[in-house]
Amino acid sequence: MRIIIILLMLFNLSVAKAEEFSVNPNKIYKNLRCLICQGQSVGDSNSEFAQTIKLVVKDQIKEGKSEKEIYKFLIEKYGEWIVYNPPFNKVNFLLWLFPYLVFVAGGTIIFLFLRKSNNH
Amino acid sequence: MQKKIIRIFIVLTITFIIVVFFVGLSKDKTYDTKDLVGQKVSEFQIDHFIDNKKISEKDFKRNGFTLINFWASWCAPCRDEHPYLLKLRDEKNLKIIGVNFKDKKSNAQKFLNDLGNPYTEVATDKLGKHSVMFGIYGIPESLLVDKDLIVIKKFVGPILKNDYRLIKNIIEKK
Repeated sequence: MRIIIILLMLFNLSVAKAEEFSVNPNKIYKNLRCLICQGQSVGDSNSEFAQTIKLVVKDQIKEGKSEKEIYKFLIEKYGEWIVYNPPFNKVNFLLWLFPYLVFVAGGTIIFLFLRKSNNH
Repeated sequence: MQKKIIRIFIVLTITFIIVVFFVGLSKDKTYDTKDLVGQKVSEFQIDHFIDNKKISEKDFKRNGFTLINFWASWCAPCRDEHPYLLKLRDEKNLKIIGVNFKDKKSNAQKFLNDLGNPYTEVATDKLGKHSVMFGIYGIPESLLVDKDLIVIKKFVGPILKNDYRLIKNIIEKK
């Protein structure tokens, strides 16, 4: 029984490692904006631009580049507008932090209300 | 005191949302490549259109200025800019490299035979992959780079009268 559990754990670990290192091109296409299309991702579009970007992404995956490196390369060439999920930086940090701030502040307000109503 | 804090929080939240909407809606959504200006052209190697050789960034260093023009025989606006490229061909301080984009060789050759060849060298980008190195997303597009390989100006769309004048001004100033 123990051997089976150990084998299963090892198998799980290897799958997790493989997932960590393999880059899914479709995931990348979905996060890239087709710059010449109306509201379509590179994954959804069959335009010349989208086809070219797909080829470049495939090449970069073959070269062993990570998802982050591929985004970095494309941002260098086309600006942050090309990614739907822009990286965290000093320009957009407030937008990234805002939901968390609202969550904390909302929680605090509810807590204060509940405490107040309990006191009464 | 608590009520005051809540009020301030609500006002700040509403103000933030309004500011985000205002900035978001007033922002020009048209993609531009102004970020490329001032960047150095990275290393690349593109196949020559005719000869069995490669064109690389090293070829640009020999020129005062290089205009890298992406074109194709199937691209109608490329025909509009062609007369201006032919005019620019005579500029001493400028070399024009044409990158034939996703095109049939015979059609591209016919295009140059019919309209004239303004290019010092012609490269071919059959799959369009090299165009990504230059931040190209459609054709015609052109980049003006200096001998240090710094992008001086990017032209999205055909080079017309005003762009022609601008290029002349830039290369004659230096």
